[in-house]
Amino acid sequence: MALLEVEDLRTQFFTREGRIHAVDGVSFTLEQGRVLGVVGESGCGKSVMALSILGLLPARQAAIVGGHARYAGRDLTTLARRQLEDVRGREIAMVFQDPMTSLNPTLSIGDQLMEPLRRHLGLSRQAARRRAIELLEEVEIVGAASRLDDYPHNYSGGMRQRVMIAIAVACRPKLLIADEPTTALDVTVQASVLDLLHDLQQEHDMALLLITHDMGVIAEMADDVLVMYAGQVVEQAPALELFDHPEHPYTEALLAALPQVDAAGTQKQRLAAIPGRPPSLLHPPSTCRFAPRCRHAQPDDPCLNEMPALREVRRSHFVRTFHPACERIAAAGAF
Amino acid sequence: MGGRVLLEVEGLTKQFSGRRGFRRAGSVVRAVDDVSFVVREGETLGLVGESGSGKSTTGYCVLQLLRPTSGSVRFDGLELTRASRSAMRAVRGELQIVFQDPYSSLDPRQTVEQIVADPLEIHRVGDRTSRRRRVRELLDLVGIDPAFGNRYPHEFSGGQRQRIGIARSLALEPKLLICDEPVSALDVSIQAQILNLLNALQRELGLAYLFIAHDLAVVRVVSDRIAVMRNGKLVEEGDADAVYTRPQHGYTKALLAAVPVADPRRMRAERERRRSVRISAGAG
Repeated sequence: MALLEVEDLRTQFFTREGRIHAVDGVSFTLEQGRVLGVVGESGCGKSVMALSILGLLPARQAAIVGGHARYAGRDLTTLARRQLEDVRGREIAMVFQDPMTSLNPTLSIGDQLMEPLRRHLGLSRQAARRRAIELLEEVEIVGAASRLDDYPHNYSGGMRQRVMIAIAVACRPKLLIADEPTTALDVTVQASVLDLLHDLQQEHDMALLLITHDMGVIAEMADDVLVMYAGQVVEQAPALELFDHPEHPYTEALLAALPQVDAAGTQKQRLAAIPGRPPSLLHPPSTCRFAPRCRHAQPDDPCLNEMPALREVRRSHFVRTFHPACERIAAAGAF
Repeated sequence: MGGRVLLEVEGLTKQFSGRRGFRRAGSVVRAVDDVSFVVREGETLGLVGESGSGKSTTGYCVLQLLRPTSGSVRFDGLELTRASRSAMRAVRGELQIVFQDPYSSLDPRQTVEQIVADPLEIHRVGDRTSRRRRVRELLDLVGIDPAFGNRYPHEFSGGQRQRIGIARSLALEPKLLICDEPVSALDVSIQAQILNLLNALQRELGLAYLFIAHDLAVVRVVSDRIAVMRNGKLVEEGDADAVYTRPQHGYTKALLAAVPVADPRRMRAERERRRSVRISAGAG
């Protein structure tokens, strides 16, 4: 049994204009000790998917309208709030983008670290304090014992994110969901925070669901990758396979649109921009959602009439398009 | 690039005294510390650095939106730090800025046409009809259908809003655009559109850019030369390809090594390299 099994998950936002199909039939599994990277641009549904799994959708504004998210066999979408609170923080933990707003500015770092230890593990105040110091040491805060009674504003952005990670791993969760954990950080700090996440994931054999817009972060961290577009998974593959042989025109275009820091002579060269923008998810098209921006979609193609299914083009490599790269290459070879 | 020097910044220093907020009274922060560089006509100088490096403050000091503590800023022969109000007003049109956030930098109550016409009206350029014509030209230039001129900013996406911001900054035919993180709020696919637009506008209009950004890959795409800032100081400056392929300063090297690239094998090798550095540092 997979640690996390998400099946045809559908989440909608309710607005005056109508329902926004933010997550529209997402399925995947995540095994213990693996890192699944979810990549996509803003509005593709990747964060809403994470909030849905965690049961943290804003009440009355959004809801899961279909599908399941099973953690170790238990369906998180049907758990009572109390049961969900026991799972969350203890077995499933999360790290969000902005360490400044996720930490409480009025509580000391120590209090915030001790809270899950006391709540979930029932440690005494003294035991929790000792453990909190160990946790700060684990995330490489220098002089941990003397920094415990400091407040978040005494910490730098990178240190705050280390504290968030320490809080997340405090109860030794089996699954960590990290949503853009390094996006607000400088690059040099980002590298060290990603190293920390990687080391903790390996040491404790955690599963990591890593959500990011950054293909570089995916390349560094992920064992497997989901590419999301307009609420759907459009490509899924092991990381090396995805970067070596991207199949979906969107994945290809996204990689081609990246400015290269290490390619000589590229200055002032035209980037391969993707024309247009993603469709509105208020009334998502029932056809291929990328078709209007796709350079391979032809007027007489099925792209503009029906929704392509997610299909396996190679072992463990799934893609939702009528024009995967492998078939385009085969077709070109046939002429 | 052998163009004429358009902007010459020399010994620029900006201190903030810490009398406000939580900082102890009397403490002084040197946000920009003795920074010198030039920007020539028609070229792009990329100014890179991490948060707090002083790169945006440098941009604001060039524009005189912040008064430099010392140093000189010469634009097209005019010393801006000592320029009178009227002299400054005359030069404003030639020295414009594009902001990071395309959401907060456009007035939500104005139509797109009004937004782009603003600088023309403030500087009393032409009459109503000619201004209207100019606005339509500008919108067309940045890839916004002029027929949408009577719409409001919220009806446009982030990338389109940034195009509108660029159209506004071009209204008075500037010679130098200071771009402060112009694409960092945008998605990758949209970011590429805006970078292409900036490069195309430079070719068409002969603009010079001071391009301020934290993203080294983005800066590389637009820059002829690169200047690297850290803690208020310029630590390295040179031809873009040279800085990227043969960085001299240790900080530039560290910065370049830390940029995530879409190559899993390289990223993993780099992580192993960092790990062995940590282990040997810990053992030593």
